[in-house]
Amino acid sequence: MSATIHFTIDGVEVTGKAGQTILQAASEAGIYIPRLCAHKDLTPHGSCRVCTVMVNGRPQAACTQPVSDGAIVENETAEIKELRRNLVEMLFVEGNHYCMFCEKSGNCELQALAYRLGIQAPRYPYFFPQRALDATHPDIFIDHNRCILCGRCVRASKELDGKNVFQFIGRGAHKRVGFNAPDGLGHTDAAVSDRFVSICPVGAILKKRVGYAIPVGQRLFDKRPIGSEIEARRAKGK
Amino acid sequence: MSHVNKVVIEPVTRVEGHGKVTILLDEQKKVTQARLHIVEFRGFERFVQGRPFWEMPVVVQRLCGICPVSHHLAAAKAMDIVVGADKLTPTAEKMRRLMHYGQIYQSHVLHFFHLVSPDLLFGFDSDVATRNIIGVAVKFPELAVQGVMMRKFGQEVIKATAGKKIHGTGAIPGGINKNLSISERDELLKEIDQQITWSRGAVKIARDYTVEHLTELTAFGSFDSNHLSLIRADGAMDLYHGNLRAIDANGNKIFDQVDYQKYIDFIAEEVRDWSYMKFPFIKSLGPERGWYRVGPLARVNTADFIDTPEAEAARKEFAAVTKGKPNNITMAYHWARMIEVLHAIEKIRDLLNDPDLQGNDLVVTGERREQGVGLIEAPRGTLFHHYRVDKNDQVVMANLIVSTTNNNEPMNRAVERVAKDHLSGVEITEGLLNHIEVAIRAYDPCISCATHALGQMPLEVKLIDHRGNLLDQRST
Repeated sequence: MSATIHFTIDGVEVTGKAGQTILQAASEAGIYIPRLCAHKDLTPHGSCRVCTVMVNGRPQAACTQPVSDGAIVENETAEIKELRRNLVEMLFVEGNHYCMFCEKSGNCELQALAYRLGIQAPRYPYFFPQRALDATHPDIFIDHNRCILCGRCVRASKELDGKNVFQFIGRGAHKRVGFNAPDGLGHTDAAVSDRFVSICPVGAILKKRVGYAIPVGQRLFDKRPIGSEIEARRAKGK
Repeated sequence: MSHVNKVVIEPVTRVEGHGKVTILLDEQKKVTQARLHIVEFRGFERFVQGRPFWEMPVVVQRLCGICPVSHHLAAAKAMDIVVGADKLTPTAEKMRRLMHYGQIYQSHVLHFFHLVSPDLLFGFDSDVATRNIIGVAVKFPELAVQGVMMRKFGQEVIKATAGKKIHGTGAIPGGINKNLSISERDELLKEIDQQITWSRGAVKIARDYTVEHLTELTAFGSFDSNHLSLIRADGAMDLYHGNLRAIDANGNKIFDQVDYQKYIDFIAEEVRDWSYMKFPFIKSLGPERGWYRVGPLARVNTADFIDTPEAEAARKEFAAVTKGKPNNITMAYHWARMIEVLHAIEKIRDLLNDPDLQGNDLVVTGERREQGVGLIEAPRGTLFHHYRVDKNDQVVMANLIVSTTNNNEPMNRAVERVAKDHLSGVEITEGLLNHIEVAIRAYDPCISCATHALGQMPLEVKLIDHRGNLLDQRST
């Protein structure tokens, strides 16, 4: 069953397949919808809400909302952009995100999204939470200060690595990513070759002793803004 | 009961950071002691604990926006030891050296042209309204432009090696993360001749000023002291690497060719309750006699020679003033600093012409160690970084002795000498204020670094009587 579905994003005609999400169809069509928790290899999670679009006038997470015939999707309106800016700013103040010395800087999706959304400095007060580090694994370093609870690691460990290294624990403001071993990641079956290591969008999960090996200027988002690889498809298609 | 009066200068201007000066007077209104208080506190040594060791070169350089490269490289050198990289590849070592000479160049130029030149060009007692960089730009526009262009060049060298002009990431444990591209090299080479010409000119300004005013400068804020720096195995000045040498005021060696991994056996730090800045001293001499000077003056004094021809010729001329004995004139720091500018630009020229910089062998590793010490001759003097790292790769201890901390006692002595010579009565005159600042400024103190600060460093002076009453207060 692969019925073709026609809808529009910001007035542009987009063709999707039944069962696809708006985010997937938009990406194939070369239209970038910002996202953090969504990843092409993972089941949609719908938690960060950064991919929120208006579908026939109602806000929906593009990563979980299926395409529907004749839908009118709004992606780049001033209202939605402001909503996304707010969401990303809240992520920044909720954790301890010190881009200036973070080794993920330049390769970080949160930072790149902030640049793309034109965030200069958060307008909300910083929480400065006290969060732990976990260096118990010989090859993987966990810095909870930078975790945005996107759940990519939780899903990647289950769905791609066939393990169950992470799980969310706690509720509300106390929610965090826990390990499947009380004494830390080093006591789980996590391996540095697991996909979860590279799938973290921020600097919360790092391969140890790599650090700043990629010079400034050659990092992923030094060269082009986040999303431009998706938008390049559209330019090519034209 | 003896009574003490006190003069306080707060804040000190045209230096990097924030501090104040207190001058203590006895009942006869004579100066008994002067103190440069460092009133900022930062706490880097504590908050890096728990962070992964490879972060240190990038996080610790945030101590400072003036010479972050020095901290970047000192931490990287310590981490070289931790990762067992005992010998870097030629490309890595030379890229780091190039970065460092760029740093020495831009920092010294900033200090000399922007912060100090108003004192030298207009005189200590000239009108305060024009005794600043704007005054220099109006009266000596060519010189002001040179200062800006020279600093820019140093910053471009840093960008080409560290990735950014401020707070780059180039040096990593065991090496460097980039080489120098041909296009980066050629861009820098285009300007090198002009930069060398300007550097010669800067040496001449500092030399002429010192020689012309030798009599008054010899007395101004000066005192005999020990001198400490890194030194190359053959006795040459080496700003990037070497062993420790300390000499006394007459040039006798206190120790020589000491492996700095063992610095803790030779150097200790004293805490005094009125300053956040510690007082280092040579252990064998104790705190009373073991304090020493670091920085350009100390380095030119400790070096047997400089391995670049023009700077060596300038050093010989410098040494001739004191007949080959160590120069203990505080204001001679400026001349020594400009000799280093010339040395740095000669080194930059030589390195830019070295094909090793285009090599691709960038990083080495070896057997992991639990601790590492990294020393470098930062623009302001010897900089010590010492870290312990646990088996999980987390930093468990950091000890930083920064250049300005090493110069803590000498700056206090310089202030005391000036206060004794220039304070009359219980009023803080504009002249006294500026004379004190001129003496402190000679050391190019970086107070942000020294307290492991924010803001600028205006000088505040307070004069307090023997009962603790404020007699006078003045700030710049």
